[in-house]
Amino acid sequence: MTERRCTDPVILNQWHPLHPADQMEATRVTRTILLEEPLCHALDANGAPLVWPSAGSAPRLDGSQPSPLPARLAYGFLWACLGTPPDDLFPFPETAEPDRRNLATGTFGVHVSAGRAIENFLDMGHFPFVHTGILGEEPHTEVKEYDVEIASTRDEVLATRCRFYQPKAAASSTSGAEVEYIYRVPHINCAILYKSSPNDLERRDAIALFVQPVGPEQVIAHTFMSVLDNDSSDTGIRLFQQTIFGQDKPILENQFPRRLPLAPRAETPIRADKSSIAYRRWLSSKGLTYGVIPAVAE
Amino acid sequence: MLNAPFDLWFPIASSSDLAPRHVFHAQLFGQEYAAWRADDGYVNLWENRCLHRGVRLSIGINDGAELKCQYHGWRYANRTAGCTYIPAHPADAPARTICNNKFPVAEAHGMIWTRPDGRTDAPPPLLSEPLSDDAIVLRPLPVNAPSELAAEVLLTYRFHPEGDNSSAAVTASRVAPFTVSLTSEAGGHTARLTLFVQPVDLGRTIIRGWLSGVTTPAVPLLQAHDAGLQVLRDRCEALARALPRPEATAPVYPPVPAELADLPATARSGGAAALRVTVSRKWPVAQGVMAFELRPLRGILPTSQPGAHIDVTLPNGLVRQYSLVNAPGETAHWVIGVKRETPSGGGSACLHDVVREGDVLAVSAPRNNFPLRQDASMTTFIAGGIGLTPLLAMAQTLHHRGLPFALHAFAASPAHLAFADRIAALRPHSRTHFGRTPDETATDLKDLLAGYAPGRHVYICGPGPMLETARRIAADLGWPDAAVHFEYFKNTTPLDLSSTFEISLARSALTLTVPPGRSILDVLRDNGVEVPSSCGQGACGTCAVALLEGEALHQDVYLNAGDRRANHTILTCVSRAVSPCLVLDV
Repeated sequence: MTERRCTDPVILNQWHPLHPADQMEATRVTRTILLEEPLCHALDANGAPLVWPSAGSAPRLDGSQPSPLPARLAYGFLWACLGTPPDDLFPFPETAEPDRRNLATGTFGVHVSAGRAIENFLDMGHFPFVHTGILGEEPHTEVKEYDVEIASTRDEVLATRCRFYQPKAAASSTSGAEVEYIYRVPHINCAILYKSSPNDLERRDAIALFVQPVGPEQVIAHTFMSVLDNDSSDTGIRLFQQTIFGQDKPILENQFPRRLPLAPRAETPIRADKSSIAYRRWLSSKGLTYGVIPAVAE
Repeated sequence: MLNAPFDLWFPIASSSDLAPRHVFHAQLFGQEYAAWRADDGYVNLWENRCLHRGVRLSIGINDGAELKCQYHGWRYANRTAGCTYIPAHPADAPARTICNNKFPVAEAHGMIWTRPDGRTDAPPPLLSEPLSDDAIVLRPLPVNAPSELAAEVLLTYRFHPEGDNSSAAVTASRVAPFTVSLTSEAGGHTARLTLFVQPVDLGRTIIRGWLSGVTTPAVPLLQAHDAGLQVLRDRCEALARALPRPEATAPVYPPVPAELADLPATARSGGAAALRVTVSRKWPVAQGVMAFELRPLRGILPTSQPGAHIDVTLPNGLVRQYSLVNAPGETAHWVIGVKRETPSGGGSACLHDVVREGDVLAVSAPRNNFPLRQDASMTTFIAGGIGLTPLLAMAQTLHHRGLPFALHAFAASPAHLAFADRIAALRPHSRTHFGRTPDETATDLKDLLAGYAPGRHVYICGPGPMLETARRIAADLGWPDAAVHFEYFKNTTPLDLSSTFEISLARSALTLTVPPGRSILDVLRDNGVEVPSSCGQGACGTCAVALLEGEALHQDVYLNAGDRRANHTILTCVSRAVSPCLVLDV
């Protein structure tokens, strides 16, 4: 196997998101970094994805790329793997429903570990303080009891019955309401939240965060939505997401240590943090070492 | 690991850096600090990291009494660094032990000092030295060079006592590892400059200093030193560029206490940690009511929250509970109000007649069984007589935070109103009701409790009959149990202690028999099971434990009707069993 800067097989053998598919053009080569490895990627003339280590060479697209990496297009993004990838990416069936809008809603560089970024995405308690007037508002600060489990059907963290008061829960909302959430963490660096759609009470909008680990303390966070909203413009939805992420970024970049600490005594959890505790334990059980501070056996 | 002289004091900020309501980010040997001054002048120096999720406290909000974390709004008290409120769980009192890491701090000669090893046994160097009143603090100057190099270069600094360019006789010496002292003489004037090198980390330094013997206007003199020291900075950085670049020092993140690592099932406050306090002031605050100000014999008092009480052990051996009156940020002392009871059981009379200023009392750490939600759209406080004390602490908290509330204090007459100054400071949100008969009180309460709406909460504390009336009126007017919070001074329910029943302890796999005349708490303690308790009469809620199975005979005045129906909790000091066996989560 090729020598990699990152040596953690747990993270090397994953599919990682690299780029929104709708912003790729055939034969245009783009550079990025995954797990400290400089990569080039492109679509070939037939629209098939190609990813290869750039290793300082001029990017080319002439069929002579050295050692192309496993690559695929899914859920609005280009995905690649530096090791041996699993056969399948996690399921995200809502994206296949014909009446939904699937939209890449913005990509953000953040100086933080992937684990911290995912944990922030799972957290409701910060809504009134960080997303004031949008996803939360004082005095509605209570995080009510919710349920967290490792899903029985597949290896993912699942938080259900999450309820929170939101003054403006989506781009199309006009008034406040208690919103019910479901969170899934189907991949060590990807999370999906489902919340009651303001446009269809029976169904849920899905908002996803796919994190590309650039280094142990640096990520590119890709956001994605699969929504039942025919009114808001793409730009309107993206601006909303940009506002939200722009509020999270300065918090994430002031979190120390930047790597996610997995030792139980590293930080002080409260009941509202049940999902983050489950997520940290789940990462620990996988033996992940990259981008985290592993728990040392006491 | 850095071989740093952690047993020395270092300056880490100028006093002027700690501007009102500001949080200053300081750094020493790679360790970050959040430094902030409360409105009472106290300087707090904490690890720059909220213990919840690691967010820098230097981006938090200093509201003058507390520091609020930007991420989840956790509030930490001036002086104690203890957490006073967790907005995600507004109905719970935070575990008292959630406390940010503090560092020793001293403010002297226009600078803020600390000692990295955390010890406080010796004062900062040079602080005992008299400094003339004309001393002025220099502007701090950051330098990209190791502190040792900076100190060596500072020895070559030359200056004129009056700041002009003519020559002067300068002597310079290293008076301490990180301190350079220089004296300049010319034309009969002598100026003395003391310079400190603050190691930000191994490759970066901040030069701080003060100048004494100043006879000329300060501003031109400071400008001259700025210019002179910047020349030295350039030289210093040029020399540093030739050296191998040291690695940035890795900060140390100490683990949180083991008991905080687990998720608490429900918030429990407790702990009978005995503290020694001095009665620093005793004064009458109303007819028949004495206030006591209590200060720690050494160190600082533990964090309290609005609604908390302490156990006070009296010289005659009795133990009594008193609520703390303190406002947010009022952390240098505790204030309690004690009404002389007639007839007295010996507690209030002892405090009124025997205890004097200067006396030492043993008290417990604060317990909060009467927590204040700070997420209400409107909070009403109804206080009868000395029942004012916990509600005053609560009302001051909401007032400080600018949250909507109304405090209604009932008293026999203006002369009977305790802490009238504090109540007056809450106007127009406070109102007094004097000399009301029971019927008139009921009429007032109907007005105050009219128009229940979700988001409203009421807190009631006062004599038993008034409390009963208020609770009944609230229920009649449609207030749900969960919105009506109350605290009794004492339990006047006649207790039935005649039954015999078994208790089964789920966690310790023990089955015990409670005989007539003994309480569950007594039997637990007889068998070595420690449960915190305070009032011993079913009023304060400290001895509550979770009830897993069995039907309780509730004889307390702490649980509300909803709690009793839920049958999940029992107060072990007075309540007993209806069923033959109770299974307790102990």
